[in-house]
Amino acid sequence: MYDFEFEKPGSIAEAVAALSGEDAQALGGGQTLIPTLKQRLNAPGKLVSLTGIAEMRGVCVGDGGEVIIGGATPHAVVAAGAGAYPALAALAGQIGDPAVRNRGTIGGSLANNDPAACYPAAALGSGAVIVTNAREIAADDYFQGMFTTALEEGEIITEVRFPVPQAAHYEKFVQPASRFALTGVFVARFADGVRVAVTGASEEGVFRWTDAEAALSETFAPEAIDGLNVAAEGMIGDLHGTPDYRAHLVKVITKRAVKAAQ
Amino acid sequence: MRIEVEVNGRRVGGDVEGRTLLSGFLRDTLRLTGTHVGCDTSQCGACVVHVDGVAVKSCTMLAAEADGCSISTIEGQASEDGTLNAIQQAFQDHHGLQCGFCTPGMVMSAAALLKENPKPTEAEVRHYLEGNLCRCTGYHNIVKAIMAASGQDVGAIAAE
Ligand SMILES: Cc1cc2nc3c(=O)[nH]c(=O)nc-3n(C[C@H](O)[C@H](O)[C@H](O)COP(=O)(O)OP(=O)(O)OC[C@H]3O[C@@H](n4cnc5c(N)ncnc54)[C@H](O)[C@@H]3O)c2cc1C
Ligand code: FES
Ligand code: FES
Repeated sequence: MYDFEFEKPGSIAEAVAALSGEDAQALGGGQTLIPTLKQRLNAPGKLVSLTGIAEMRGVCVGDGGEVIIGGATPHAVVAAGAGAYPALAALAGQIGDPAVRNRGTIGGSLANNDPAACYPAAALGSGAVIVTNAREIAADDYFQGMFTTALEEGEIITEVRFPVPQAAHYEKFVQPASRFALTGVFVARFADGVRVAVTGASEEGVFRWTDAEAALSETFAPEAIDGLNVAAEGMIGDLHGTPDYRAHLVKVITKRAVKAAQ
Repeated sequence: MRIEVEVNGRRVGGDVEGRTLLSGFLRDTLRLTGTHVGCDTSQCGACVVHVDGVAVKSCTMLAAEADGCSISTIEGQASEDGTLNAIQQAFQDHHGLQCGFCTPGMVMSAAALLKENPKPTEAEVRHYLEGNLCRCTGYHNIVKAIMAASGQDVGAIAAE
């Protein structure tokens, strides 16, 4: 790892100021960034830790019943504290392993937008709002392809607001070596329709399976998507599975998620 | 930069670079080499220590992030006179280690588990150890040791 300066501000304003310098980068839990720095894939001049910012940590319920999570909140805190949105708490409790969950943060996960990460499925599947130091971004506009998001240079995720659906479930088919999702599906049923977000499958990163959403909004049952299929084109093909296999998994995992959410 | 931490109840300070890992600070600066570095890529869990009471992989945390924190390592588990704690003793009694490389991380993860869940089921123990790899034992005796340390009967747990 190349050396860098380290700064640990106590407020969002100080963090934003520290990040405005050239070559500065935010550090969340470091569970993705530190391994990347070790491989010298990235060499920032300064890391600005967000973990000392009290206003960016914790879980609460907003006036409209939405669950609000501070951008620097570790996965373990969400798993234990987001009881008002059980499917979200369960998802956080399945990320990686206990030590990873004690450090890794929701903001880091959403900023990184790994194509196999769990939180992007929850944010897109719930229609969450990603709040930054500068603006509010709807999940539908936020995810822009593998490892790509709407975030600007130096912009930090300060909180994420999740509307709570009537029923929801995240079904994760685990890739046991990395513990990421080989394919994962987040299904959420709201009064005005169903959302289905798929992670781990597409080369474009997390996506909404709109045909399944339409069918499930009619009838919220696994059989409702019997007649649908996902095209293998554009699916990830790697050591762990071919595009055909992933396309097949999307349907199977979606059905399981619906069954569990019913 | 200068950091001040409490390690196993003792206040210590040291100079670190931005890039110094907590595992490096413990091993190279403080010479507490019980914390092992197996993979250095946050996969194996040999480097697990507790920071402010929760288990973390010390190879994937900057030493600077630990400034002001309280850290427990494997060296702080036995009493001053060398008497093993319940988890360590159970690892010995139930043959929960072979080469011993993974053991410091296993013991620290087990301690974190039992703090959260004092009477885990066998499945819960196995699930909790997902981030701790052992190349020798096949895990059965590690699971058995942790169940025994929690005060549960381990007679029925699968073969060694
Ligand atoms: C062994 C292992 C298993 C894992 N398993 C899973 C899994 O099953 N599912 C899963 O989803 N993830 C998994 N992860 C990834 C883990 O969840 C990471 O914690 C997460 O992807 C990154 O979060 P972080 O807080 O550690 O971010 P960091 O590593 O600190 O940062 C990642 C990126 O986000 C930026 N960043 C950090 N915080 C913010 C913020 N608030 N605003 C803007 N930018 C920010 C950083 O600059 C950096 O570019 C695993 C990781 C490991 C090591
Ligand atoms: S050395 Fe830290 S996880 Fe392997
Ligand atoms: S005892 Fe050798 S790695 Fe676990």
